[in-house]
Amino acid sequence: MSNDFNTDVIVVGAGPAGISAAIEIAKNGRKVVLLERAQYPGSKNVYGGAVYHKALEFVFKDQVQELPYERIINEHTYSFLNEDSSFEMTYKNANSKNAYAIKRFNLEHWMIEQAKKQGVYYSPNTLVKKLIENNGSVIGVETEFEQYFAPVVILADGVNSLLAKKLGLRENFKSKNFILSAKEVIKLNKKIIEQRFNLKEDLTNGVNKQYFGSDFGKLKGIKNLFMMSYLYTFKDTISIGVGVNLEDLAKTKLNINEVLDAVKQHPDIAPLIEDGQLIEYSAHLIPEGGFNNLPKLYANGVMLVGDAAGFVNSVHFEGTNFALVSGKLAGETALIALDDNDFRESKLSVYKEKLEESFILKDLYAYRNVIELLHSRANSLSVYYPNKIKEFFEIVTGVSCTPKAKEFRGFLIQFIKDRKISELFKDIYAFSKCALDVLLGK
Amino acid sequence: MDNKENKKSIQEKLNTIKYNCGNKTHLVVDNKKCKKCKQKTCSFICPANVYVIDDETKETIVQYENCLECGACRISCPQEAIEWCYPESGQGVIFKNS
Repeated sequence: MSNDFNTDVIVVGAGPAGISAAIEIAKNGRKVVLLERAQYPGSKNVYGGAVYHKALEFVFKDQVQELPYERIINEHTYSFLNEDSSFEMTYKNANSKNAYAIKRFNLEHWMIEQAKKQGVYYSPNTLVKKLIENNGSVIGVETEFEQYFAPVVILADGVNSLLAKKLGLRENFKSKNFILSAKEVIKLNKKIIEQRFNLKEDLTNGVNKQYFGSDFGKLKGIKNLFMMSYLYTFKDTISIGVGVNLEDLAKTKLNINEVLDAVKQHPDIAPLIEDGQLIEYSAHLIPEGGFNNLPKLYANGVMLVGDAAGFVNSVHFEGTNFALVSGKLAGETALIALDDNDFRESKLSVYKEKLEESFILKDLYAYRNVIELLHSRANSLSVYYPNKIKEFFEIVTGVSCTPKAKEFRGFLIQFIKDRKISELFKDIYAFSKCALDVLLGK
Repeated sequence: MDNKENKKSIQEKLNTIKYNCGNKTHLVVDNKKCKKCKQKTCSFICPANVYVIDDETKETIVQYENCLECGACRISCPQEAIEWCYPESGQGVIFKNS
């Protein structure tokens, strides 16, 4: 470490990405300072509700066994909603331990404890105002009170990454590349949750429900909206939220809170949260731009990780895993740069190589068109097919005392006639392109 | 739900959130740009209803104390009239259960 520097690495932001980067650096004997603007770790952070085992294990190894989770999430439900009906598919594996429901306040507190054990110097209540540059390289940060210098700065400052923007790494914040999500945490008796969701008492299983469809009628403009709603079971709370593209909200003049209220009133969802007490409302942006809108991921003396880098696969509700793994990879890169005493962009390109070898850039590439394609077929996904599913099951389950052959034939004819045939081909094109992209990968 | 009802709903929900509120705003709007703005996106897009347009002066009133620090206003403002920073160290919203 040169005399001009206070530490080997500065990490800005103590979320999963920043903590993971800091741990990687500290456990390999280098000095790292982790700066967080919040008073309490996790108190600025919001997510749907589950963090993934494999990604945690990647960073925390066996310590994951001690994660103070509330429930293991191992039942996944995909539900298509209509105004007064729904079609649901459930996959359940009561023995699986892939995901944990845990509140961010508790998750980040636990992760910070692990980081401190590894020798990370953690500084809460520390807002970084700007980055310090010298000769085109980032060499430190300026907080409200003082300046810290380090040859490498890792930006883990979240979806809004003001620092990356100031540095010119992220210029084009466009509203169509972001989802705004609002969420409520609703308290219920633990036993009631277990009865409503058919869960075991020992917290070894829990449910994640994902809802598609927006044809709820009452709220003007909600129809045709491409939105995804979600529900997670915790120990004695339920989290319920909805995400909508920010540009769509601006166009429809809808507020995400009223969309959430409409979701909560759906006859399929209302009974699940009935008599519950709202204990916290929250909102957060999700970077949805994907591979085609990634910022510049590194420059002289600086790397971007997690949400700040735009690493999210919103189709699969994945974000914390990208954060944890990208943080570790940036940490590994910083270690190489420190060993070689070279912090130029050319050296930090190792980070990009590592991202390319990992699932991060492979998945982001494979899904590069998926959200846009699905979004372009919003009416099909949110209204047309959910309604067709309803019509189909009305025949299957209706027992209408009319000949089945006639009903099914009628259904097929209407399926094609109800809208322009070209719409069907557009759907086929969009869905097969999605499938093909994902299968071909990179 | 009409606009009024949504605002009431938001206010009730905001009462569930803890804040460590500073006495200086972290959100500054350029009212010259606001007066030109037709869309008034901030007035309906904010999940905490931070922005209210004054009926008489047409100026944008910023209730920064309620801010959830999501950033939706900054990105969707058509005039790019919002100077958006984080609250000072340790201040602002404190999510404990999200």
